[in-house]
Amino acid sequence: MNDEKTKETGGFFEGIASFFRRDLVSYIIKRILAIFPSLLLISFVIFVVIQLPPGDYVSAYIAKLTGQGEQMPPEVIEQLRADFDLDKPFMLQYWSWIKGIIWTPSNTTWYRLYGSHHNWKYSFSEGKPVWTVIREYLPLTVGLTLAVMIFQYLVSIPLAVYSATHQYSLGDYLLSFIGFIGAAVPGFILAIICMILAYKWTGNPLVGLFSKEMLENGVHWGNIGEFLKRLIIPFIVLGLGGTCGTIRSIRAQMLDEISQPYTLTARAKGVSETKIIWKYCFRAAINPTVTGLGTSLSHLFSGSTVSAMVLNIMIMGPVLYDALLSQDMYLAGAIVMVQAFLVEVGILLADIGLAFLDPRIRFSGGSR
Amino acid sequence: MAKKVQSNESYYVASQWQLMGRKLKQHKLARISMVILGILYFFALLGNFIAPYGTIEFDSIYKDCSPTKIHMYHEGEKVGPFVYKLSKISDKKTLRVTISEDTKEYYPIHFFTHGEPYKVLGFIPCDLHLFGVSEGSNGGKGARIYLFGGDSLGRDIFSRIFLGSQISLTIPFVAAAISLFLGVLLGAVSGYFGGRVDFIIQRIIEVISAVPQIPLWLALSAAIPPGISTIQIYFYMTIILSFINWTGMARTVRGKFLSLKNEDFILAAQLSGVSTWNIIWTHMVPGFMSYLIVSVTRSIPSSIIGETSMSYLGLGIKPPATSWGVMLQETSSVTNIVSHPNKLIPIIFVTVTVLAFNFFGDGLRDAADPYK
Repeated sequence: MNDEKTKETGGFFEGIASFFRRDLVSYIIKRILAIFPSLLLISFVIFVVIQLPPGDYVSAYIAKLTGQGEQMPPEVIEQLRADFDLDKPFMLQYWSWIKGIIWTPSNTTWYRLYGSHHNWKYSFSEGKPVWTVIREYLPLTVGLTLAVMIFQYLVSIPLAVYSATHQYSLGDYLLSFIGFIGAAVPGFILAIICMILAYKWTGNPLVGLFSKEMLENGVHWGNIGEFLKRLIIPFIVLGLGGTCGTIRSIRAQMLDEISQPYTLTARAKGVSETKIIWKYCFRAAINPTVTGLGTSLSHLFSGSTVSAMVLNIMIMGPVLYDALLSQDMYLAGAIVMVQAFLVEVGILLADIGLAFLDPRIRFSGGSR
Repeated sequence: MAKKVQSNESYYVASQWQLMGRKLKQHKLARISMVILGILYFFALLGNFIAPYGTIEFDSIYKDCSPTKIHMYHEGEKVGPFVYKLSKISDKKTLRVTISEDTKEYYPIHFFTHGEPYKVLGFIPCDLHLFGVSEGSNGGKGARIYLFGGDSLGRDIFSRIFLGSQISLTIPFVAAAISLFLGVLLGAVSGYFGGRVDFIIQRIIEVISAVPQIPLWLALSAAIPPGISTIQIYFYMTIILSFINWTGMARTVRGKFLSLKNEDFILAAQLSGVSTWNIIWTHMVPGFMSYLIVSVTRSIPSSIIGETSMSYLGLGIKPPATSWGVMLQETSSVTNIVSHPNKLIPIIFVTVTVLAFNFFGDGLRDAADPYK
């Protein structure tokens, strides 16, 4: 045991070697298994929420058809309601929903129709199975969210460390000021302001990620400049809040660590300033930021919902809004479910990263 | 010397709240924020009095108009503050109709005028307004004073901001109160009893906080039944906003309970036969009330943003009532905003309020921290 402890304080490569040791692996497995019960609970909460609106989408659909002057025989309506389990009691509906998502056997109509073992039900408003809709928007959603997150950390870490090592300098004050504004201005308001500024300066509000030409030919070398230009506003709007939060948190932690006695000792022993800051202080200071990975992912999904609508970026947020308006409840439920799943994965990654950063976590189990 | 002893003494005998108040006063930004918030809430309280028009009063000539100009000189003669009426003027040559000021007649601004009737505090009927224009110099009618300009239906943005603030500024407060109650109740139960109850409540909190906030808010607000009264919508929205916020509060309370539970004074209270309910409310809750107030204040900005986003998307407050989020619906077209930048004024109000609450919350947090 003692031997192992000394190893952990060793070099970076030994750190990686110890990463794969048995205690950590068993910890990771335990954490992965713990996801499933919470996902089940989340799915229940989501199902309750999507069942709350008065009426159901078969009635909404029929009302729409009647509005267009079509009449539906009562048997068809009954059949439709039965197809979507709407005639069953609540718990059975939930059970059929969740069972279909986990595994749909090959002898069901669903499998024969769509060839999928995971029945997320049918989206009326899109006229496709829910999962097909989700798969359309998932790559852009995940890609954009990840890119914004990486951008957040790439920008905020150097700025936070600069701010902490140059406390009370002009740059520090400037960053703190921007940080406060960025954390306070709601994303969608920032989006409106950015669009107006873009329109005033360039004559083009730069709405949407892809121009008409890109939608036709895809993104290639010829229009990559235009594409990158269109990325600026979404990155600012989606990333500013998180960046400011991260800067504030790392700066405060760094200031704490820099004033610790061990820093003084290291300095007295002649360790280089770069090493003190990046190897010791930074490693300790980044701890809460890593813990907040899942939360910041959740904030990103949350913040991007309305901003993406303003900026007309077709990620899951706007689709969720449309689904909610048209009472397409299974689509809405599936989107919230996928987002919650991604957040859970984020929390899991945070826990693993934390276990890697901080050996104490591995033995006491998890950040939460 | 004597003075120093005295000031020390006043420090020693001060209660925790007095100490917090003193520290808060030293926090410059928090103090400024407190004043700004005070003014905003004061204006919201007097909203109907300050606003010259009601939420749905409109005049189509004033559609998209820019802020009304206030003049002092009419035909070279000083007649005090007055406005001109907007009217349609057709060009004699091109027959093109433009809307511009009709300078034939002036309409003096009066203070404490009678206008749209309203009810003070919901029950005292009144029709007094801080200012307004009534009759013109030649007895003409129909002039309006729109200090922040008109919206796309010809309603007064100035009036709507102050009337909307009555909703935008109070929903987060009521929501915070509900989540405070829920958080303290469930957090206390969770922390005090522990065991299975604790486990279940903790899992519920975990699940709710794992779902992204605004999507969940949107899903919940889609459940607000259509065609109900403003008061009912208001009620639903506070419930929805507190549905997520209570979890943070419950976590704080539970943590504090776990640390307080094993203190000697709790054991003493239990031994002297104080009921569980009394122990919780009279002995434990006051011990961490300051932390709770801080966490409530810090939850308000996100509630404001939540209400604004919900109303902006048309899932929250609906006409005839208005809120800042409803007003922001006007900003959805960029070209419209560029030609009528006065429609962005509600954004300033939202941002200032959120910033002020953030600074105030930070100041409170620093003041409640005994080690600072």
